[in-house]
Formats: sequence, structure tokens, C-alpha cells
Amino acid sequence: MAGVVRWSRTASVSTVASGVLVLALAAVPYLAARAEQSLVDLFCFVALASLWNLLAGFAGLTSFGQQAYLGAGAYALYLFAAAGVDPFLGIVLAAVTSALLSLPVSVLVLRLTAGYFAVATWVVAEVLHLVATVSPRVGGNTGVSLPGVAGYPAVLRQALVYWWALGLMVVCVAGLGLLMRSRFGLDARAVHADPVAAAGAGVAVARVRRVAYLLAALGTGAVGALLFAHNLYVQPGTIFGAQYSVYMMFMVVIGGLGTVEGPVLGALIFFGLQQTLSGHGAWYLVLLGAVAIAVTLFAPRGLWGSLAARYGLALLPLGYRVTPGDPDQLAAARSGWGRTGRRTAG
Amino acid sequence: MNWLNAALQGILLGGEYALVACGLSLTFGVMRLVNIAHGDFAVCGAYLALLLSTALHVPAWYTLPLLLPVAFAAGVALQVLVLARALRGGVLAPVLVTFGLSVVIENLLLVGASANTRSLDGGALSVASIPVTSQITLSWLRIAGLLTALAVLGGLQLLLSHTGWGRAVRATSDDLDTARLVGVRVRPVFASVAGIAVATAALAGVFLGLISGFDPQAGGITLVFAFEAVVIGGLGSLWGTLAGGVALGMTQQLVGQWNAQYAVLGVHLLFLLVLAVRPQGLFASAQVTV
Repeated sequence: MAGVVRWSRTASVSTVASGVLVLALAAVPYLAARAEQSLVDLFCFVALASLWNLLAGFAGLTSFGQQAYLGAGAYALYLFAAAGVDPFLGIVLAAVTSALLSLPVSVLVLRLTAGYFAVATWVVAEVLHLVATVSPRVGGNTGVSLPGVAGYPAVLRQALVYWWALGLMVVCVAGLGLLMRSRFGLDARAVHADPVAAAGAGVAVARVRRVAYLLAALGTGAVGALLFAHNLYVQPGTIFGAQYSVYMMFMVVIGGLGTVEGPVLGALIFFGLQQTLSGHGAWYLVLLGAVAIAVTLFAPRGLWGSLAARYGLALLPLGYRVTPGDPDQLAAARSGWGRTGRRTAG
Repeated sequence: MNWLNAALQGILLGGEYALVACGLSLTFGVMRLVNIAHGDFAVCGAYLALLLSTALHVPAWYTLPLLLPVAFAAGVALQVLVLARALRGGVLAPVLVTFGLSVVIENLLLVGASANTRSLDGGALSVASIPVTSQITLSWLRIAGLLTALAVLGGLQLLLSHTGWGRAVRATSDDLDTARLVGVRVRPVFASVAGIAVATAALAGVFLGLISGFDPQAGGITLVFAFEAVVIGGLGSLWGTLAGGVALGMTQQLVGQWNAQYAVLGVHLLFLLVLAVRPQGLFASAQVTV
């Protein structure tokens, strides 16, 4: 292969390996059901990190209020389930509801950028939190349990939650990868790098940001509904908790903003830390915050970003590379570049 | 009459919000930095005042001459050691770094001071009040809060419009590169602005502690209220921030008078309403851009 390529041998190997891994993970309920509980948490973290990365790493929007959509998804699932919809089907409807809610919200919060956008999204999450707290219909401060799951045997219910979580994670990670390889991804990365230059080059900046915000709300709503189905109980103080924003930021910043693989790595690290250190409570959060500050200041590409830059790694390549090879093909590639060059110059 | 009382209390409370907000407004105006940890600095100020007043056995007021220079120095150090580097890292880095800082501060306070709600001892002033009518009583403490806010905002406005330092700050705020070109030394400007922002936050924190009490997690809501005051008042205007703070305080008190459960929700909804219909703020000229 010579000329301009996007795919690579590493990418083929990693794609096949990921496929095999997903199939193996799908068999877990049959083989090692005890691992289900913590794996659901891990899958949710990976999905949340990928979704936050879509906002912060690609569209340049640091939201500290994505817990708004976790809560919206969870409470929407409650309302659908209470109306008689099957809870596992309800997750889809809850995700859509969450995305619909994000549409009017995006009109407001996208009027602000950077830090002000971040605080405005936080306000939105607080508003939903307070609304849930004062609504007796959804249990107020004490919360509600999920109706409609009594028909499922516990083993089947847990397995269904597990497969949902696995599927959601795969959709989020692979979806983000495919999305970023598309025209939209190119636009989003341009907006992230420099919104003014992107607008100058003809990218519809506002549209890119709105689409990213809606997609993130859709996915986050699904995760929120799934967490509810997993825990069978939802309380405003927990589901709307700002700690979710801390987790999302930590996973993405550690793993690598703006890479598809980084948030997955970040979520694995975060999961490992949580399993070992969460007993230390406040100190654990101090550590998360301090590491996030240090990485942002001294290694802004994150762990995956640094590794990828150093070794030229890309498990799911987003960019293009020029490879040397057969002289004829190379010449063809060169003339191809020449044409591009002339077109750009003209 | 209760409504009038609520409105008056709201105005007094508004000064408190404006006092937290002015540092946020100033750092954004000059450095284009939204300090997510700003509210936590206010809470740190309150804890420091608590520590000092307990150690020295004096009312919290007396600790201010010690507290404010310490807070100023902390702000300068923060700017020089951390924020300057974050500001060079693009648009996202300062947001991420100050958010991380906020998480670290809140949880260190939780470890060091437990989750209990504390309040500061204001001595005789805490209980003094002026009875206006049989139903309306104005607390001297809240009046002092508003007067302090007026003095700080007025003082800042004077400094900004009439001194060499103020000229340098305004030039930097208008256009960083051009300011550098004409010989403004930008680093001291940034450092002094960060120092003032943290000092005013600490001062506001002391009032927070005297008036309503605080806990390690209070920084979040303090930041959100300050931010809402800035946006409601219009970005980049100190008097607008004061007006925004007063609008916020009155909304909180009036809605609270109707139903205490909805007081904070009412404030957030006012903010979203302003963002929807008049994103440049209620009291700013139309050409101010976000």
C-alpha cells in the first residue's frame, strides 16, 4: 500500500481484537455472572467518558452539567415504566426524551462559551435537580424505585442490564469513532481547534455544537436510565450529583481529550482507582482533582494522546497518513497531491 | 408588609452576591478566565477567618487586616504558579484546571474541617438591628454587607478609571497583544487582578460566614450565584454586577416569601430567562459580547 491511507494494520488488528473482546464480554452472564455488577459500572463509565469527550474533546464544549441528562433519562424511564412501558424498552424512550429536552436547553446554554458555558450547564442540572426535589409525582427528595421489573427473574434482569450496558458502551465508542471519521468529525475537530478559523473555512460552528450537544444528551440520557435500571432506585441527590462531572472530566483528561481510544483508557484507570481507593472518600476526590490539574498543565494530550504521538499509534485512525511504497503508486500518489495542491492554490 | 420586608432584605443580600461576583467579573474581563474555583476561595476565606478568630479570641471582623493580605498573596501565587500556565494551554485548559482546583479545595476542606455547617462570630454587630416599622427590621450586619460591597465596587471603579494601574488593566482587557505592544507589563497586571479577585472573594466569604453560615461544599452554589449575578447584570460592568446581585437577592427573598422551597429555583429560572430574552444582560449596553 502506498500513497495516502487511513486504515492500518494496527487498526485491523485492534478492530478484530475489540470485536472478539466484545463477544467474550457478551458471554459473561453465562460464565461469570458475579462480575456483572462491576462491569456494568465500568461500561457506563466508558460510555459517559466517550460522550463527554464528544463535547469537550471534539466540539470544544466543557459541560459540567451532563448529570442533568443522567437525571432526565432516569426520571423519564420512571415515568414511562409507571405508565406501563417495559423498562428495557423504556430506556430507548428515556434517551430520546433526554435528547428532546436538550434541544431547548442548547438554545440557551450555547449562547455562552468556555467557562460560562460550563457554569450555565451546571445551573441547568441544578434546576432539574431542584424540580425533581419538589415534585411529589417522582417521589421528591426521597426518590422512587423502578416499577415494572417484578415480571423479570432477578438473573434475567441483571443479564439484560448487563447486555444493555455493553451494547451502549459499544455504540458510544464505535459511534464516536465513526462519527469522527465522517465529515461531521472533521467539522467538529476544526471547531475544537479554533472556532473562528473553522467558521471562516465554512464550518457551521453553531450547528456542529448543537448536534454534539444533542447526541451527548441522547447517550447520557440512556446511561442515566440504565443506571436506574441497574440500581432499581433513583434519588435526585445522587443522579444529579456534580461528582459525575468530576468523573467524566477526570476520565477524559487522563485518557486524552479528542481521541477515541483515550476516554476508554481513562475509564479503565478511573475504574481501577475507584475499586481500590474509593474507601478513602474525600482524599480520593482530592487525588482525582490534583491528577486532572497536573495532566492538563503538563501533559495536555493525556495518557493515550502522549503514547499515540510518541509511537504513532492509532487503534481507530481518524486522520490520514502518507506511506512510501511501490514507486509507480508513489508517483500516482504524488500527482494526486499535486492536483490537490493546485486546486487549493486556485 | 412582609413582601416589602422581603424586597428590602433581598436588596441587602444582593450586595453580598455582587461582592463575590466582582472578582469573577474582573478576572473574566482581564484574563478571559472563568474561575470555577472562585466560590471555593470565598469559602476558604470564611474558614480562614474562623480559624483566626478562634485562635485569637476576637470577632471575625478583626481578622480582616490579616486575612485580606494573605488572600491577595494567595491569588498572586495562584496566578503565577498555576493559572498563567493554564492560560497558555488554550480555551479548555483554564476551565479544566480551575474545576480540578475546586474539587481539590472542597475535599481538602471536608477532610480538614468536617462537613458540619459553621458560622462566624461577628460580636455585637451580629445581633444589632434597626427597627424600621413593627414588621420590618434591618440587620446591621446585612447593611454592613451592602455598604462593603458598594465601597469595594466603587473603589475598584475609581482605581480602574483614575490610576495608571487601572489604565493598564483596561488596556489589557481591551486587547492583550496591543497592550503588550505599547509597553504594558501584562504579567503584573494579571497577578494583581488575580490577587484582588481572591481577596474580594475572601471578604465576601467572611460576610457569608457571618450572615448565613457555610460548609465545605458551599463553594459550588456561591460560584453559581456569583456567575448568575454577572450574566444577569451584563458581562464586563461592575455596576451591572451589583444590579444583577440585587435582582438575584430580591428574587430569592420574594420567591422565598411565597414558598421557601422554590427560592433557589426561582433564582436559576430568572437567570435562564435573562439568558433567553436578553443574553447581553439586563443592565449592559447591547454591544457587549460574551
